[in-house]
Amino acid sequence: MSTPSIQFSRRNFLRTSSLASGGLLIGFNLFTACKSDVKPPVDLANLNYNDFNAFIKIAKNGAVTIFSPNPEIGQGVKTSMPMIIAEELDVSWDNVYVQQGVLDTKNYTRQIAGGSQSIRFGWDALRQTGATAKQMLVNAAAARWGVDASELSVSEGVISNKAGETLSYGDVVDEAAVLEVPENVTLKEPKDYTIIGTDKRNVDINKIITGKPLYGMDYKEDGMLYAAVLRPPAFGQELVSFDATDAKALPGVVDVIQIGDMAKALLSEEEVNWTAQLSGSGKVVVLANSTWEAFKGKEAIKATWSDATPLESTEFHDKKLNGLLDGKDFVTMRKDGDVNKAFAKADKVLERTYESPFLPHNCMEPMNFFANVTDEKIHLVGPVQTPEDAANTVAALLGRDVADIHLEMTRMGGGFGRRLYGDFVYEAAEISATVKKPIKMVSSREDDMSTGVYRPAIKYRIKAAIKDGQLTGYQLKEAAINTNMYGLIPNFFPAGAVENYQVDVANYKSNITTGAWRAPYTNFLAYAEQSFFDELAEEMEVDKIKMRLDLLEKVKGTEDERIQYSPERMQDVIKMAVDKSGWGKQPKGTYQGFVAYYCHNTHVAEVADVQIENGLPVVKKVTCIVDCGIVINPMGALNQIEGGIVDGIGHSMYGSFGFENGKPTANNYDKYRLGRMKEAPVVETHLVQNELSPTGLGEPTLPPAGGAVANALKAATGKRAYKQPFIQQEELWKVKKEEILG
Amino acid sequence: MPTYQLTVNGKAHTVEASEDTPLLWVLRDHLDMVGTKFGCGIAQCGACTVHVDGNATRSCSLPVASAAGMSITTIEGLSEDGSHPVQQAWKEVDVPQCGYCQAGQMMTASAFLAQNPNPTEEEIKDAMNGNICRCAAYNRIRKAVGVAAEKMA
Repeated sequence: MSTPSIQFSRRNFLRTSSLASGGLLIGFNLFTACKSDVKPPVDLANLNYNDFNAFIKIAKNGAVTIFSPNPEIGQGVKTSMPMIIAEELDVSWDNVYVQQGVLDTKNYTRQIAGGSQSIRFGWDALRQTGATAKQMLVNAAAARWGVDASELSVSEGVISNKAGETLSYGDVVDEAAVLEVPENVTLKEPKDYTIIGTDKRNVDINKIITGKPLYGMDYKEDGMLYAAVLRPPAFGQELVSFDATDAKALPGVVDVIQIGDMAKALLSEEEVNWTAQLSGSGKVVVLANSTWEAFKGKEAIKATWSDATPLESTEFHDKKLNGLLDGKDFVTMRKDGDVNKAFAKADKVLERTYESPFLPHNCMEPMNFFANVTDEKIHLVGPVQTPEDAANTVAALLGRDVADIHLEMTRMGGGFGRRLYGDFVYEAAEISATVKKPIKMVSSREDDMSTGVYRPAIKYRIKAAIKDGQLTGYQLKEAAINTNMYGLIPNFFPAGAVENYQVDVANYKSNITTGAWRAPYTNFLAYAEQSFFDELAEEMEVDKIKMRLDLLEKVKGTEDERIQYSPERMQDVIKMAVDKSGWGKQPKGTYQGFVAYYCHNTHVAEVADVQIENGLPVVKKVTCIVDCGIVINPMGALNQIEGGIVDGIGHSMYGSFGFENGKPTANNYDKYRLGRMKEAPVVETHLVQNELSPTGLGEPTLPPAGGAVANALKAATGKRAYKQPFIQQEELWKVKKEEILG
Repeated sequence: MPTYQLTVNGKAHTVEASEDTPLLWVLRDHLDMVGTKFGCGIAQCGACTVHVDGNATRSCSLPVASAAGMSITTIEGLSEDGSHPVQQAWKEVDVPQCGYCQAGQMMTASAFLAQNPNPTEEEIKDAMNGNICRCAAYNRIRKAVGVAAEKMA
């Protein structure tokens, strides 16, 4: 395995300046541009490195502050990204203080959380930044001592010369700040890492365990009113009129207003960005002195609604999606050879359809945002994954200059893609602009779950041609509500492994808002494909593992540059999973399901162990192999890996969400089941040890989990799960589901 | 509006609120103690868990009128400096991902351990099953409860 030996030219990577208070300030590009459903730039050279989006400050006392511009949604980048800088800067991690940056479009760019891309794209820039800053400090020390910089050594922020004299970083920051930025700094060899690869705790841990204000929900200002928003109860409905008499009579209710005109005007006039989920309907807002009084006031509003567009139901979506799969209105995303010929010539054709429902995000912190719109400025505070888009849309909404906006990001009580969409920010801004007061919009859980931006319902139909015992054709058709997911990634496995291969997509445009949900392209696709591979192996009467390894063998040496996954790395995680999970050697009464998957640039294999307890299949353990290259923070990495798996199992098993006349079928946790502790299996993780550049972990272990469970359930019960959630497929369970739920 | 005398983390407070106001919102909006979190409002997720006379209680579903006169402990009072064994265990195991539900998890765990200082793994799962974590950090939560039990022994 080769060590990373990237040589940088300066290329405007960094900018330094002296601080008025003394010390050194370094600007650099912390590129984390990938939104969950926007493709990362294909050509990194196109990035403008004149843009700075993060800063390091080294004070005269040696303290290092890293301003983290990107939102923290629980993925841990607020800890792991500064670790990379600290490693190359050669300072003690205990001396590093991380501070959340505010939205600053002048100095920062691409302040986004999403797509598991922060570490992957930040890796080179962060190391380069830390190493360059270190070199400048060393050069300053060398100048002071009148020696060559190469004679000096550094350990934990202390520079030593051959005579045994020392200078701390703080001693030389002022001199370093006026030096030329050096080119071609040398990066550390991975074997010399002292921070990367070691366990570091969440930088906010002390605040979390003592209940300090951290989240948008916790933010308040003097004179602030709490705002509860009554939105249309069904998708397709719009506000006709309302009576606020009862609401206004309630204690604590200050005002009741209608909003929506600004959003409607924006919808009709402008091409709004993809993060803008704007409803054309009017909404009723109750402003009160407390959250509870606002909620109570909202309940007391008597509103009438009209059906502006047809109200849709799950049954209707089901028919539409089936119609699309049976029809011809597809867009072909990738086509190799001729699948139709392969099917015509095949000895056997296998075709299966897999289905998944809509899913709400269910961030534990419901949507909320603070806004204070005055003639002078617009102050916005809260949890949003796309602050820049939110600020731009608010500026357009209010007809203001974006320079008037000061937006602060708070730590987020989960994101999962929901906070990529800025609807709650625009509402807060429109409310504050209307009442001319500081307000905080707070959604109840019911508001949050029933007026969401959902993972769309999708169906996959996969068809394979088998000829002379070989897979000769593979066609995947996707029918989705609103947005095609696979459409964006047609070059994942098994693309490249089958001579005749085709991906076709189609969608139905619904009035239900849909969008990215943790691992948006693959959270359901992985289960469908990996179930199909198992069925294919059974049909071909070949070993499931061998079939996967053989298909990957065919991809080795491919000249197809579209192929993103590495067949070698995929084979390695498969072999390791076989070894570590005791595949094929499980004790009697344990049934295993296998999955190998690539997404978000990370290779993963998972084996689920199912045992029958009291006549019921129970997921007891998942063995997980992850190849994400160098692991920055194993402690954080394992948390993401385990969480992704348990979250993936929970949603595959229980996530059930539909619509009846435009209304969601669930609006709180009494009707919507999330996975809980008793359903969390033991997770045994093995990280592949190599020195390849790191890739992300916020999403990649979630998609395979459902597939591993489905394949294990097949082994345990002889029944195949064709539909999520599995709990609703009664044939999979030996007793009635009511007993399981009980 | 009626007034109520509340004892929160050993300190007496007088609050003015309508009698059906859940303790959660009195803590958060009236007393500026925002460590206790709002998750569902219907006692299903556990994010709002506090101790009322030592018992883990869903503050979103306890009217202030019923909480008056009782001894209430919130995450801010578990210990101010993070020295409570449950807080220490949460830190040691590095439990949180987003962290939003963790105050409720810690309050459930600390009340449980006060009553059952030496729990089995199954007892921990039973005790913690009412608290939802969407990040699904359940295995670390379970481990941290065990670590806290050891620290308290």
